[in-house]
This record gives sequence, C-alpha cells and structure tokens, in this order.
Amino acid sequence: MNHRSNASHSGSALSIVELLTVLYFKYLNIDPKKPKEEKRDKFILSKGHASSALYATLAERGFFPKTFLDKFYIDNGILPGHVDMEAAPGLECAAGSLGHGLSLGLGMAVAAKYKKLKSKVVVIISDGELNEGSIWEPLLLAPHLKLDNLTVIVDYNKIQSFGITNEVINVEPLGGKLKSFNWHVIEVDGHNMTEIENALNEKVAQPKFNIAHTIKGKGVSYMENKLEWHYRSPNKELLEQANTELQ
Amino acid sequence: MRKTFITTLVELARKDDRVFLITPDIGYSVLEPFMKEFPERFLNVGVAEQNAVGMAAGMALSGLIPYVYTINPFVCMRPFEQVRVDMAYMNTNVRIIGVGAGFAYGSAGATHHSIEDIAIMRALPNMTVVCPGDPWEVSEAIKASLNHVGPMFFRLSKQGEPVINNTKTQFKIGKAIKVRAGKEVHIITTSNTLEIANNVCEILKQKKVSASLISMHTVKPLDVKMVSELLKTKKPIFTLEEHSIIGGLGSAVAEVIAESDFNPLFKRFGVNDKYSHYVGGHDFIRAKFGITKENISKNILKLIGKK
Repeated sequence: MNHRSNASHSGSALSIVELLTVLYFKYLNIDPKKPKEEKRDKFILSKGHASSALYATLAERGFFPKTFLDKFYIDNGILPGHVDMEAAPGLECAAGSLGHGLSLGLGMAVAAKYKKLKSKVVVIISDGELNEGSIWEPLLLAPHLKLDNLTVIVDYNKIQSFGITNEVINVEPLGGKLKSFNWHVIEVDGHNMTEIENALNEKVAQPKFNIAHTIKGKGVSYMENKLEWHYRSPNKELLEQANTELQ
Repeated sequence: MRKTFITTLVELARKDDRVFLITPDIGYSVLEPFMKEFPERFLNVGVAEQNAVGMAAGMALSGLIPYVYTINPFVCMRPFEQVRVDMAYMNTNVRIIGVGAGFAYGSAGATHHSIEDIAIMRALPNMTVVCPGDPWEVSEAIKASLNHVGPMFFRLSKQGEPVINNTKTQFKIGKAIKVRAGKEVHIITTSNTLEIANNVCEILKQKKVSASLISMHTVKPLDVKMVSELLKTKKPIFTLEEHSIIGGLGSAVAEVIAESDFNPLFKRFGVNDKYSHYVGGHDFIRAKFGITKENISKNILKLIGKK
C-alpha cells in the first residue's frame, strides 16, 4: 500500500501488526457484518499515521473489500493517510492529530458503563504521543473512574518523528509513572502474540496500561529501528525484498 | 442565563436518558440541581478541558448527548482542536456551553472575556453557533438542541438578563426573530446585546426614527432570508454584538450584503479589535468600548443624518 501510494509511516505501521492481529482476530468482540452493533467492543488507533496497518487488518477481518486497500492515499482514493471515520466501515473515529484517541476511548468506556454494556475499549497510542499534554488528562481520570473496561496499549517502538523517543523527551520510568497513576501496568513483547493476548485477558478492577515493546519497521531488515522509515515508502526493489523477508 | 440553562437541561434530562452533563470543574452554585437529580449522568472531569470535549465526543459516538459546560474561552478556545476534530470533523452530537459572552466576566479580566469565540466557532464546518439574547431564547434553544443532529456551540451571557422577546414567538434554530418592527433603520443583534439594542430602538423612537430589531440568535447557519428581506427595504442596516467586529455577527451580515444586489448604509458596532486592559464590571467595560445605548443611538443618528 505504502509503495503504491508513495505514502509515509511504513515503520510506524509495521510495529503494530501483531497487536492489531491479536485484537481483531483473538480479543475484540466484533462482527464485521454489524459494524455499528451497540454491544460491540471498540478499538481506537490514536496514532492515526499508522492507518495502513489498521486498514489492512480491517480488510483481512472482513469489514470491507481488500480492493479498498488499492485506494489508499491516492487521487480519487477511499482510505486517507490519516483516519476519516466516514471512509469505510469499522473505523470508530477520526485520527491523525495525536493526543485525541485516549479521551475518545475514555468517553466510550464511560458510555458503556452508563449503558450497562459489557463492551471493552482498547486504544493504541504511540510512544511519541506521550509527549502530548492531552494524553495525561485521561491518564489521570480513567483510574479515578475505575474504568476496568479500558485498555491502553503504547506502541513503544522507541523512535518518534524527529529522534529517539527517550532522547527527545525521556518518558522513563514509564511503567513506574503509570503505576503511580493507579493503572494496572503490564509490559509485553509487542511482537509476541501469546504475550499480547495474555496481557489483554488479565482481569483487574482498574484500567490497564500495556507497554508493548516493539520494533519500528518490524520484519523488514532495512526498516528496523530506522528513523527515516517514519517517512519513507519502499521503491519496487525494496518492496520485493520486504515481501520476501516478511514471508 | 446560566440558571435558565440548567433548569432547562434538568427538564430535558427528565425526558431523555441520553442527556449527560460534563464540567471541567466549573459550575459552583449553578449545576447543583442537575448533579443532585442525575448523579449518574453528571461528571466533573477536573480542570481538563481537552479531555472534557474529547470524552464527550466519545460518549456522543456511543449514542449519548453530552453537554460540556464551562467559562466561554475554556470551552471553545482552550480545547479548540478537540472541538475541531472530535466535534466538527466527526460531526458528533456534543454541545459545548460557554458562559460569559463578551465582557460578562468584567473585573475577572480578559482571560475570562470572550470576544473572538463567534468568529472561531463560525469557521468550523458542521458547527451550529447559537448565541441567545435573553433567558427565553436560552430555554428554547436548549430544548431544540435535544433533537438537533451535529455539534453545537452555545454562547451564554451570565446572569440577570431580562426577557426581551415576546415569549409566545415560535423559536427555531437558524431562524432569526423580529423583536420589533420598524421602517427607517434595521438593527441586527446577537447574544447579550439584545437588551442594549432594544433600548437603542427606544431612544430612536423618541427621536422619531422607526427602527426594526432582529435577534439573530443563531449566527451559524445565519438566517440569510431575514437579511435579504431587510435588504429589499433599502434602509440602513446596523449590527451590534459584544464581540470583535472581525468575524462575528457583523462580518456574517456583511458577507451577505457584499454578495447581494443591494448597497445599503451599513455599520458594525462591536469590539474594535482590542483586548480589555480595564479593571471594572461588565457595564463599565462595555462603556469603555462604546457598547452603550447612548453611544450606539448617537452614532446611528449621526450616520443617518439626524441629531
């Protein structure tokens, strides 16, 4: 998709593939035939720049035809670079401006509690997104409201837009911070599907903060841990190499 | 106006269990009736306006109708990007209620004044901008908000405003109200200057000038039909608002006039692109900016060539 459209953020998308796979194929209570079903679980990709991974997952799960993926980021396209909730079924909200998704998810979790629904809400944020002040407002409020139906996953790939995450602003000790905010903190290998699933299934009486240690550009040797793959899209040769490595 | 707001919202909440009230820690001695009757539908989310608007949008996406209440600049400017993306772009049924139109917070200072809000909110696609001029308009507009689809911004004054409208009038979002009929000049006003504009009409009447008075309680969508009707009379049109003359009601009316076939005498009365650095109450600051019945009527008489 990113090759065809000359789109950026390839590395940011590859770091969350296993997380999305577990969420959409093992964890979330969703029905692609009823994308607006009131009792559904909800997923928010707050790091909207990784939209290509979400679109591919939703298509694979049957929310829309895979032909939609050919219409990503191009003239007369269907799927924009950052998420437009009107673009296709299964997109719970718009995303692209960082620091919005967690508040939206918090509101959905509050609404589910008020309506006495068992719906769970999962929000993936990026590590760079932790720089946004607006992330810390819901991080304070969710444990106060004891929202045990809310899970935040931070895609901790350790590279953000213009540098190494902890060189731009050191977020460590991240787990310690969130524990002191009364979140249930779990750390996992964000590419190990069993670890991801087990963490999601932990039952606790507080909101969960899942620190997923990931690799930017995971699975493609020339992309892994390279800042430039926040921006670049692969040319034909690099795409063939990537496809070979990913298979 | 804020008491009328909460009384009306309590009535709505009794009828409809989707109505929710969120405050970023403002509303002491105002919001208690709702809090007490509907504790499960009231949330003080702490001093965190971005989160208040964002989570309200999440609740709206789950089928609820959340009203977010705080002081005007803190509900439409502090969380502006949440208003833009989470309310306007996503077209969610969030209602933001800004209390303290113009200089209503007087001595509190310019951080609490609101002279740019209409301009900013009016620029957002999907956003409906409602600026009631008296408590009756507050009550009618809040009632109408229950079944309105899409995001809404309410600009409330504060307290003590008299009812100016005939309360038997039919109220509709987007449809201006002709409060007074008149033949020689037309005055269009919005929000908390309705009382002053009405008094201006009284002064003009004493000077034998017949003035019509339009309450443009909805600035977006503007009642273009009403403005067009006024234009057909080819009489002078004046706008009055406690808001910057840039981007507010005056600008909205000017846009209609500029694209029309008419070229009437036209003047915007409002805040002339300046912040207040004065210390004083609401009326004191209004006077410093010339927003008084005496100053405006004097200017209108001068512009139409009468003393």
